[in-house]
Amino acid sequence: MKTPKDLRYTKTHEWVRVEDGHAYIGITDYAQDQLGEIVFIELPEESDDLEKGEEFAAIESVKAASDVMAPVSGVVTAVNEALEDSPELLNEDPYENWIVKVELEDESELEGLMSAEEYENMSKE
Amino acid sequence: MKRTPLYDEHVRLHARMVEYAGYEMPLQYTSIKEEHHAVRNRAGVFDVSHMGEIHIQGSEATDLLDHIFTNRVRAMTAQEIQYGFLTNEKGGVVDDLLVYKVNDEFYLLVVNAANKDKDFAWIKEKNNFDATVIDKTDSYAEIALQGPKAEEILQTYTETDLSAIRFFTFAEFEIADKSFLVSRTGYTGEDGFEIYGENDDVKMLFSRLLAENEKLLPAGLGCRDTLRFEAGLPLYGHEIDADITPLEAGYGFAVDLRKERFLGQDVLIRQKEAGLQRKVVGLELLDKGILREGYDVYHEDERIGRTLSGYLSPTLEKPLATAIVPMKNAKKGTIVTVKVRKRMLQARVRNKMFYRRKKS
Repeated sequence: MKTPKDLRYTKTHEWVRVEDGHAYIGITDYAQDQLGEIVFIELPEESDDLEKGEEFAAIESVKAASDVMAPVSGVVTAVNEALEDSPELLNEDPYENWIVKVELEDESELEGLMSAEEYENMSKE
Repeated sequence: MKRTPLYDEHVRLHARMVEYAGYEMPLQYTSIKEEHHAVRNRAGVFDVSHMGEIHIQGSEATDLLDHIFTNRVRAMTAQEIQYGFLTNEKGGVVDDLLVYKVNDEFYLLVVNAANKDKDFAWIKEKNNFDATVIDKTDSYAEIALQGPKAEEILQTYTETDLSAIRFFTFAEFEIADKSFLVSRTGYTGEDGFEIYGENDDVKMLFSRLLAENEKLLPAGLGCRDTLRFEAGLPLYGHEIDADITPLEAGYGFAVDLRKERFLGQDVLIRQKEAGLQRKVVGLELLDKGILREGYDVYHEDERIGRTLSGYLSPTLEKPLATAIVPMKNAKKGTIVTVKVRKRMLQARVRNKMFYRRKKS
């Protein structure tokens, strides 16, 4: 299981990468492995408001639908539309293929997220 | 949690294990899609040792079964199998099951793992006959070999001519020098066999079949559900349950309303005479998305029903679902709306038997 050191993580298996006041959000390698083959993703729209802890997208595997939770609050400034036609990209490289980019509303929310080490320890349990 | 006799095999094959009906079972070995296509195009083998087995024996075994089971038990001859239901006094379903007739005084019932204890208690409670009801679940291991190549594969292990075993019949014979009970039945919509035997023998057969047949894949519960769903076969708790009668679910062929009384029969006769009020149908989603169970179904802004199972069908490559809706909205081609999370999506009513295999 891959867990890049430069990202922050949630208990619900999302990752966050911060760049210039913006956050890229995706799902972890562990999450994509547990879901199995991803066949559809329901994406939010640009300028949608994300609220920390609330679902903002849905990922459908062969077996079931799973919510993706917002690790931070903010306005969506970009959506990875490539996932609409090729949801399997999330299986192939979950860290390269972010889901949304948001403009951070409150940078202090990042402090509550886990480090790679903390996330790995949690997922092992 | 219980383990089946094949547990070590699943671990060796790196299966992803999940809890199902109190058992630790393989969800998938490689991928649900890959295993699904293997069964449709070649063959797959499932561990179904979690299924419940109940023996009914005694001089009035037939009478007891006739009283609790919806199908025509009295018309069965030895070595035949019938599909049907245990129904409650309201005509709802206690369980769906297979009945194997060994002889007039001996039947084997194969029931859902999740319902086994309930079924056993139910049958014992209704047993006012000279018959004994025995839970034999732990004495049987079972595998299902399913797919167009199933017969060809199994034939190489036995002298018995498998082509003589017709659909919904069974026989007892030797495979790889061990004794098995073999029926031509399944839960995938493909040809195939369900094979019962002693724990060690079934384990031996499972591992030999996989080791010696390159085109055969181990298949898990994940594709078992997508396969049965496409073929229009019901899963208890979804298309049938205590509140959905077999007639509403569309399995009237397994309910003999003319026979001498079974539990719930009067309700089902009235339901048929009055005309069904609702029905289980198939839905095909017209908008982008995927349907799952438990979504509300609308017709012109009025909530009319709910979805019961749903998948992006691996064979048809379409988002499909089963749903229960009023008879007046059940006509093929009717456009309905399904609420998927926050979105209202359009779907079209179609036959719930989404996939039918081509007869060879």
